[in-house]
Amino acid sequence: MKKIIAALAISLIGLSGAAKAEYPERPVLLMIPYGAGGATDFQARIATIPAGNDDMLGMPVAIINKPGAGGRVGWSWFANDAEKDGYTMGGYNVPHFIAQSIKGGVDYSTDSFEPIANWGSDPAVFVVGKNSKFNSMADVIDFAKANPGKLTFSGAGLFVGHHIAALQIEKAAGVKMLYIPNKSGGAGAMKAVISGEVLGGVNNLSDAFRAKAAGTIKILGVADLERNAFLPNVPTMMEQGLDVDNTSVNFRGVMVPKGTPQAIIDKLAEVVPVMFAHKRVAQKMKAGGSPMKIMNRAEVLDMWAKRQTTLEELLKGL
Amino acid sequence: MDFIFYFGEVFTFTSMLLLIGGTIGGLIMGATPGLSPTMTVALLIPFTFNMTPVHGLILLGAAYTSTVAGGAVSAILLKIPGAPANIATTLDGNAMARKGEGAKALQLSFISSLIGGLFGVFLLIFLTPVLAKMANSFGYSHTFWLAIIGVTVIGSLEAGSVVKGLLSGCIGMWLATIGFDDIQGVKRFVFHPALGGGVNIIPALIGLFAIPQVITMFAKGRFQTDIEQIIVKKHPVSAAFREVFFRKRALAIGTSIGSVIGLIPGVGGQIAGLLAYDQAKKFSPEKSKFGTGHSEGVIAAEAANNAMVGPSLVPLLTLSIPGSPTAAVLLGGLIIHGIFPGPNLFQQHPEVIWPFINSMLIGQILMCIFGIYIASMAARVAQVPQSIMAAIVLGLAAFGSFAVQQSMGDVYVMAVLGSMMYFLERFGFSAAPLVLGLILGPIAESNFVTGSLISTAQNGPFVYFFTGGLNIVLVSIVVLSVGFSFWSEITAKRATH
Repeated sequence: MKKIIAALAISLIGLSGAAKAEYPERPVLLMIPYGAGGATDFQARIATIPAGNDDMLGMPVAIINKPGAGGRVGWSWFANDAEKDGYTMGGYNVPHFIAQSIKGGVDYSTDSFEPIANWGSDPAVFVVGKNSKFNSMADVIDFAKANPGKLTFSGAGLFVGHHIAALQIEKAAGVKMLYIPNKSGGAGAMKAVISGEVLGGVNNLSDAFRAKAAGTIKILGVADLERNAFLPNVPTMMEQGLDVDNTSVNFRGVMVPKGTPQAIIDKLAEVVPVMFAHKRVAQKMKAGGSPMKIMNRAEVLDMWAKRQTTLEELLKGL
Repeated sequence: MDFIFYFGEVFTFTSMLLLIGGTIGGLIMGATPGLSPTMTVALLIPFTFNMTPVHGLILLGAAYTSTVAGGAVSAILLKIPGAPANIATTLDGNAMARKGEGAKALQLSFISSLIGGLFGVFLLIFLTPVLAKMANSFGYSHTFWLAIIGVTVIGSLEAGSVVKGLLSGCIGMWLATIGFDDIQGVKRFVFHPALGGGVNIIPALIGLFAIPQVITMFAKGRFQTDIEQIIVKKHPVSAAFREVFFRKRALAIGTSIGSVIGLIPGVGGQIAGLLAYDQAKKFSPEKSKFGTGHSEGVIAAEAANNAMVGPSLVPLLTLSIPGSPTAAVLLGGLIIHGIFPGPNLFQQHPEVIWPFINSMLIGQILMCIFGIYIASMAARVAQVPQSIMAAIVLGLAAFGSFAVQQSMGDVYVMAVLGSMMYFLERFGFSAAPLVLGLILGPIAESNFVTGSLISTAQNGPFVYFFTGGLNIVLVSIVVLSVGFSFWSEITAKRATH
């Protein structure tokens, strides 16, 4: 009995001290708006492995998944219902959530969130089946010019990175092609390319890299500013004369809802990029074929603002 | 025959510990409504981070196999399918339990799961290259027709009225349209943010099956006298084995349909059990016994849903395309260990992939052994007073619905659909066709819309959907299936007159 009283007393002292204790004093949640096992989910799990280390947050990060409607369900919940006390972080995917907010029908925008840090960048690439007669973007564009609206190409959905890249390619080449969004996401879109249901497709570099290693597809171009370390031999769209920048690159990172205390934002902005740079994270990401790009809060704020402008212009006519 | 050389990896102390733990855990998770195979595997993946790839995959393989089979436990004893794959098991399995044959039904389901499961994994081992080609030849039009074949089953699913079955199916298909549509980019029937992502299948499944049960149990529990206690008679295991092998037709239909359906990306095991059940019924001379606790119903359904496990991994392992939600989660588990599936997987990582496949073989056997042990305890489950059981089920239903995506919205969806179903059941509608509509609606719709979109760049929708060998075969099956239903109804009417 004495022991119980002693334990209670100690825990009470602990409680009273808690008010002054430093953030975080309990595990932190990280909401991922896509299903468990998907690329965003498992990268988030890897990126937060070292969170519990004393020189990091000192507390583990627990992932909760709120999938649905291309991320809209999770981000909507995060903007409206998440606690603003720093114990609920959220994962972002740019350009997805920005494009969705521009197209309307959702109740969040870049103003609803405060970015913390970025861990990954997955550029969109143009892929065709391994037996396709297309061997460069020029072949694709020539076919599309000769057959307006007949070049079918798949992607993960509407107003996601793939769709943005598709719009940019069409705009840059001045052609009309037929974008086929896929209900089962990037994997379904890739299957349509492999089985020849569509003539081409836009997909994630990381998934295309694996499919290419498996020998089922050819990769014709990268929609990024420079070539990617995973695919040094694949030219960018710019190199092939298409004015497509890195607007469609899928940036993944962590944010908190607007209204979170500044002190907590500052602390997270300091610790989280260091956590992403941990060598265990780097090693697991590399093994998983996931390209990393660590950016701090200031860099992400800048990137969000730039995307907002470019996307507003690109989506204006739609 | 390479796989034989890698059994050594499975029979180490750690591997066996993981296998047994994964199997028992998987059976329990599977039996819990709401904890579907997909979710169980997803929950386990973080634990494999710190294991060697072999150990991690052995755990995932064992858990995947046994959760699929474990879903039969609650399907039979409580009429609540643990996962969509077990819907067909409720039809005859629960009827058997009500007749006092709960232990027998469980034994039959685990034995037929074992046989179907072993067959499926052997297909994976020996025929992967051939199967990969088959899986790849399924396009949008073929998947659409397959979903339509599923729709033709809806009407004949329960012994009652065909019209009511079809109406239930329509309600399910309507529920499936709720949410944000990714292909057209529009909102449909979203009146509340909680519905933005649509009606998730797991909370709907739990609600539609469990809540009417719970209400009935509470209603009956009001008076001591009318509590309907399920009695579970003892049943020798050897007799169950004899029964399974005596019902060769149901076993063969279940196993072959499960294997084929498992192979097709995007359809998954959710409808394998139902299609097998329907075919076993059509080919059986004892059609009228189906739905009243007939062993063929349980055998066909459970053989099918475990036979689908092996082939469902073919597109994943050879083409790196996950064919089902569970396979998508497994893909994450493979990639995290630096293993990229593809045609060269078996040459590049034989030391990982063969023990993984072997663990599913051993896992099937362990699953059967532990499952039969669970069956022997079924009597104790049945002794729990109904009022207490109702409370437990209600708690599990709420927990299971919430757990899917940590959302209270799903719990409300579960409660609303469930209460609605209670009243629908009073008017002779049933939950199985409704859930089937909910599952098949999106598959049929998205493949039709995508297919039509592609056809505009080709020779138009008619050519796209009706030409080509595979399309013609599938359309013929649809016509035959509908024709057969009408024909058997007409002959049945003649016989009664």
